[in-house]
Amino acid sequence: MVAAGYKREQILDWLSEVADPEIPVLTIMDLGIVRDVDCNDGVTVSLTPTYSGCPATEAIEASVVAALEDQGVPDVRIKRVLSPPWTTDWISNEGREKLRIYGIAPPERRNRPIACPRCRSTSTSRVSEFGSTACKASYKCLDCLEPFEYFKCL
Amino acid sequence: MTPDDALTRYATRLGDNALVLGQRMIELVAVSPELEEELANANFSLDYIGQARMFYTYAGEREGEGRDEDDFAFLRPEHEYRNLLLVEQPNGHFGDSIVRAVLFESFYVLLLDALTHCSDEGLAGIAARAIKEVRYHLKHSSQWLVRLGDGTEVSHDRVQESLDSLWSYTGEMFVADELDDIVRDAFEGPDLEAIAGQWRHAVTAIANAATLAMPDDGWMASGGKEGRHTEHFGYLLADLQNMQRTYPGVAW
Repeated sequence: MVAAGYKREQILDWLSEVADPEIPVLTIMDLGIVRDVDCNDGVTVSLTPTYSGCPATEAIEASVVAALEDQGVPDVRIKRVLSPPWTTDWISNEGREKLRIYGIAPPERRNRPIACPRCRSTSTSRVSEFGSTACKASYKCLDCLEPFEYFKCL
Repeated sequence: MTPDDALTRYATRLGDNALVLGQRMIELVAVSPELEEELANANFSLDYIGQARMFYTYAGEREGEGRDEDDFAFLRPEHEYRNLLLVEQPNGHFGDSIVRAVLFESFYVLLLDALTHCSDEGLAGIAARAIKEVRYHLKHSSQWLVRLGDGTEVSHDRVQESLDSLWSYTGEMFVADELDDIVRDAFEGPDLEAIAGQWRHAVTAIANAATLAMPDDGWMASGGKEGRHTEHFGYLLADLQNMQRTYPGVAW
């Protein structure tokens, strides 16, 4: 009998169900933190931390192991990859759209206006560079007057 | 000392700087002057502690004696910590904390930048991760220094005093010891002499914008890199290590 090997695509498909614990509308695939899946000799998932101090790092690693174990994958290993460092550029377009719907303005390229995630107006102003988590700043919309969070570029 | 040993100790020392500054900034939680600072400090502190974890984990792996990040942080006595004296200095008033941050972070950014080009992949990887965060921290601390220095007469005088009194802890950063030399020569690591010039240039620019006078170089304190600390450090460590010392092996 041939040893049970898993297909990379299958594993990636299962990983696309794993949510980020702090921004649960995003999956770890949307965030772009899954670097590699190696199916030789068990399954090794390479993940990259977002911020050094991100408290979600361990929680994400545990969720990945749990998600794959739920699918019957017995021998899951996690590898932390630091280089090259994660950047918000790796958030997928789908992820950006999900953030917007959730009410968080997605990261914008340098010097581009930050649009209100609700009314899309670009007439916005920064309230505080530091928000509820390291990755977010606080903004308000000058048109619809709603406060919102902005996912900062990194 | 073999180059490999030196690199392991060097990584530990980088972890010490990050952990000790992170611990100092944690002490500011719940006493910051405004909510934005509260969040900024807490988040920056998390970054530093996260960096310390990466450096310690890496040092532990290289050492191969089974020590993990917690062993480095919680089970080493004062003299085994090799952080700069600057980062262990008490928070003082808000201006003191900001000046300490500006002086250290403007050095740390240059050091990390050099480390991203070193030949050791592990250290270069951690440095590349950390520098993105520290650039941001420095932006924050230098904005504050300008605001305080170029603020009222009172705030100006108080941060000028902070700058003058913390200045004597900056000399140590640029005095290369055996570890610095080995990492520079064997791993294409940072050249502290070159960094000293760039650092002075950067700090002068911030001080000028803040209308502050650059202090004269007088007597400089040293000893942190050899494990001889200022009197404040024991108290910091007692606080940091209290749980593991009281209940050895305790886990969440």
